[in-house]
Amino acid sequence: MKRRVFLKGTLASSAVAVAVGAGLLNPRQVLAAWPKSAFEAKSMQEALNGAFGSELTEPTDAIQIKAPDIAENGAVVPVTVSTNLSNPESISILADGNPTPLAANFMLAANTAGSVSTRIKMGKTSNVVAVIKSGGKLYSARKEVKVTIGGCGG
Amino acid sequence: MANSIKIKTSVNGDVCNVKSLIKHVMETGQRKDAKTGKVIPAKFIQELVCTHNGKAVLNANWGTAVSANPYLSFEFRGAKAGDKLVLSWTDNTGESDSAEHTV
Amino acid sequence: MKKMLTMAAAVTLLAGMPLAGQATPEQDLKAFRDFYMKRFPGVPLNEFGNGVYAIDADARSSWEAIEEFPPYDEELEKGKKLFNTPFANGKTYASCFRNGGIGIRQNYPYFDAKSGEVKTLEQEINECRVKNGEKPLPGKRGDIAAISGYMASTSNGKALDIKIPNDPRALAWYEKGKAHFYMKRGQLNMSCANCHQDNAGNRVRSEVLSPALGHPTHFPVHRLSWGNLGTLQRRYGGCNEQVRAKAFADQGPEYRALEYFHTYMSNGIKVNAPSTRK
Repeated sequence: MKRRVFLKGTLASSAVAVAVGAGLLNPRQVLAAWPKSAFEAKSMQEALNGAFGSELTEPTDAIQIKAPDIAENGAVVPVTVSTNLSNPESISILADGNPTPLAANFMLAANTAGSVSTRIKMGKTSNVVAVIKSGGKLYSARKEVKVTIGGCGG
Repeated sequence: MANSIKIKTSVNGDVCNVKSLIKHVMETGQRKDAKTGKVIPAKFIQELVCTHNGKAVLNANWGTAVSANPYLSFEFRGAKAGDKLVLSWTDNTGESDSAEHTV
Repeated sequence: MKKMLTMAAAVTLLAGMPLAGQATPEQDLKAFRDFYMKRFPGVPLNEFGNGVYAIDADARSSWEAIEEFPPYDEELEKGKKLFNTPFANGKTYASCFRNGGIGIRQNYPYFDAKSGEVKTLEQEINECRVKNGEKPLPGKRGDIAAISGYMASTSNGKALDIKIPNDPRALAWYEKGKAHFYMKRGQLNMSCANCHQDNAGNRVRSEVLSPALGHPTHFPVHRLSWGNLGTLQRRYGGCNEQVRAKAFADQGPEYRALEYFHTYMSNGIKVNAPSTRK
């Protein structure tokens, strides 16, 4: 069984992980560097290239995105991405109308389920895009979320 | 420390559901201070690691688009009551925090 | 005068009685409930405590996702800590309230016969502070909202039970609050009822207007747009300003009267505070 490597320079060794957990080792020193080019990219294509080295994804309905049709408040949009794709390695969440589309990357261990929930900021009506890496391939799905100025003036 | 991280877990069989709420401003660096007109510098969590009995189960990279006081929820297999979960984060200014939770 | 006619017409609509007569609070309450139950058939009375989430499925699923780990969690904990922290003189808030302040929110506001005033929970929290040599807490957010939020949470599951005793002074407060609810104000010339009764369930731009029935059950509330907990009167002020009217004084007679009427109209609906709203 191919052991998934997701801590750079180490094979998720217990000692390192414990040290990280105990605050003794700054995660920054252990993990792959924060992908700056991906997070600062201003377009979906650049963000995907920065994160995965490729912008090609295969749309699939094996990825479900749970997000409101209309966001009550664009600063706090609850999003859940789940999939029944086998052995998902990572789940990425992007908002294609944001100035920098990439919001979050989640790297999953072999025993971690293909589902994450978080809350993201959306600057305007656009698509929440989920990109999942599985079997070395990138899959995607999207869902439109409307973000508007509310009528109550608040 | 650990006062910025709250963790709730529930176990069903050997699947552990983890919910966490982290107190962090997640400042984008795009906003201006209303009074001074100066840009409020970006301060946001960039990396998180969650370990289960010392073994990493989730590793995340975040950008400024994650909401302030971020919420995170995920599930993993192979857990039982009494197991130890540790969640740690580091932000772009080098600040970090870590919390332990017994499943 | 047009204004008087509008108010009288509203009273008639509510009470179903001749123009000259005046309905009792009990009759008003029944008519108020009937209006909303008819407008939103199939929604059980208690669900109105969930506001728009009782009538908008999309918003509800978003709200439920947020309530899994609500953003007010920390303020609620802070409120509990503040409530239990003694004053400089060694006494605590518990000494000022019935049942030590636990499980009493459902009876606020109430008419105090001795002073002739309607009292709100936030008001009595501050009176307790002053009585014990502390400065009152300012306004409608921060510590006062946290403490009120904690105290309200100890009443979760209890039905609101506001009493309007058979005392002409209490009735006058009630009628004053009712008049406020139905009176148009501000540059936009709108009353509370225009949005939250006549147009409950309709949209104003992208917002669904919440029914007034059930409003006070979940205050103090964490509004996502505020980013923190706020009192009911904080929202009164905000709403008044949004129709371009000048807000009344916080905890002044106008808003206390309104809160008295407004909360009484939600009698029977369970407290579920704090909660998150947009």
